[in-house]
Amino acid sequence: MPEFVQFLVSGLTVGAVYALVALGFTLVYNASDVVNFAQGEFVMLGGMVTVFAAAAGVPLPLAALLAVCVAVVVGLLLYWLAIEPARDASPVTLIIITIGASILLRGVAQVLFDKQFHKLPSISGDTPVNLLGAAIQPQSFWVLGGTGVIVLLLYVFLERTVLGKAVLATAANKLAARLVGINTATVMALAFGGSAAIGAVAGVLITPITLTSYDVGTLLALKGFAAAMLGGMGNPLGAVAGGLLLGLLEAFGVGYISSTYKDAFAFIVILLVLFAMPQGLFGRRTVERV
Amino acid sequence: MLQKIGHRYLTLIVLAAIVAALPLIFPSSYYFRVASLVWVSAFAAIGLNILMGSAGQVSLGHAGFFGIGAYAVAIGPAHLGIPTWAALLIGCVLSSVLAYLVGRPILKLKGHYLAIATLGLGVLVALVITTEGRWTGGPDGMPVAKLTLFGWRVSGSDTWYWISGGLLLLGTWIALNLNNTPTGRAFRALHDSEVAARVAGIDVARFKLQAFVIAAAYASIAGSVLALMNGFTNPDQAGFLHSVEMVTMVVLGGLGSVVGSIVGAAVLITLPQVLTVFQEYEHLLLGFLIIVSMIFMRDGIVPTLSRVLAKRTQS
Repeated sequence: MPEFVQFLVSGLTVGAVYALVALGFTLVYNASDVVNFAQGEFVMLGGMVTVFAAAAGVPLPLAALLAVCVAVVVGLLLYWLAIEPARDASPVTLIIITIGASILLRGVAQVLFDKQFHKLPSISGDTPVNLLGAAIQPQSFWVLGGTGVIVLLLYVFLERTVLGKAVLATAANKLAARLVGINTATVMALAFGGSAAIGAVAGVLITPITLTSYDVGTLLALKGFAAAMLGGMGNPLGAVAGGLLLGLLEAFGVGYISSTYKDAFAFIVILLVLFAMPQGLFGRRTVERV
Repeated sequence: MLQKIGHRYLTLIVLAAIVAALPLIFPSSYYFRVASLVWVSAFAAIGLNILMGSAGQVSLGHAGFFGIGAYAVAIGPAHLGIPTWAALLIGCVLSSVLAYLVGRPILKLKGHYLAIATLGLGVLVALVITTEGRWTGGPDGMPVAKLTLFGWRVSGSDTWYWISGGLLLLGTWIALNLNNTPTGRAFRALHDSEVAARVAGIDVARFKLQAFVIAAAYASIAGSVLALMNGFTNPDQAGFLHSVEMVTMVVLGGLGSVVGSIVGAAVLITLPQVLTVFQEYEHLLLGFLIIVSMIFMRDGIVPTLSRVLAKRTQS
């Protein structure tokens, strides 16, 4: 039992980060039909900027806020300078642009910061909490709580505000949204900025547990993408469910099967799911019009 | 039709002339090595372009097949006592069989689903290579025995220059010919509209699978040749970034253009060689160049240039 709880909590913790990355993918994909492979770089920026701002003497909460702001600016620049000018290019071209952006951001981080691994102090100390016999890092609760708050805020924003409804309308049908007077360019900028903020917060929350370095973004982006596909691309709740599921599968896979193939579980599962359900777990069937 | 055939041979003749003439201006063996790298990468890119440009299917895990080829010629002779040339063929068969088996369910997927499925396949191959250290040397990679043909040990950067150049010509010839066969035409119909192709009586699933298997075989052979040329291989050859690099070569050069794949490979291979001057800024500049060229030359270098040239000659 203690073992099971241990795997459960660690799986949910990592899964929450995958969920946030997947949520970023979904937000951008819904607004602009772009799969943003630089999504993992926002997580990296969140962690790295906080680490270096804190090292420069900025108080930790302020450093975290600064990191989120930097990520948002980078997200907006990515949209204005790279995505907007290529907006009617093919999906493959757009994917390569975002992959180029992720290489660029990694290169910038490598020059501005360094190539070392960095840690942040946990928010409420490192004394493990006993939960049903399992020793849980307090930071895990911060990650889970933070993810819950973000999902809730996003839900309220999308369902209860005019701007949020504009995002949903743009996601449903861009032309129709424009015809009823929605400024879709603003919505897209919002989606890029918002997904960057979500990624950066994830980076700040997880760095005390998993450490960060200039190149953590790639694998996170791949797994976040897998999580988004698992839940059905374009479905925010699916993204969260997919992320948590992926984290749990990984934790239990490592615990009960093999630790050497930790990173393989996510991709084996995504392949099996896609073979059986080509639309993902919660995705809708779409019909191609000719 | 006549013009088409003429065009095809012209491309081959010009390419052969370039391969033959380049050594005349090469000041050192370093240039032979970089050029060989370009030929091998171009060979893999041409194969991938058959899948992406002709059949219209993306693969973000193609380096997996490249890695299988590379490790076949490494593991075969070292652990199983198989002659190198046979190991190369076995690797090619293995890649093709894997592509055939996995391609059936994978190629039913479309767009981003296909992208993540192929990506997953590539990542899994790379993970197996990294993890099974007893066979593959793990993350550090492993040495590859020299190729011996009829008692002659193949070595030296100029020898490999001619081998890889010949291979490129062969790959180009096959790809150009493929364009004019019923299979090639079926691929193009697929690319334009899958539904329309199906309505016209084309067995869509079979042709997609064919393109996937052909592209995998190309990548596997390229992987084997590169490993033999380097005398060494490591898991990076099968990694996600290498897959991205291959896709970028194809798209940068021009989807559906055989010459484009060669140009794309030449740009992406020689660029880092030039950029080593800036060492620390290498990734930064590479990312920047990818973004800029994708924005301003959306259709790829070769189609964009030929359009500009066509406009010039018209006016």
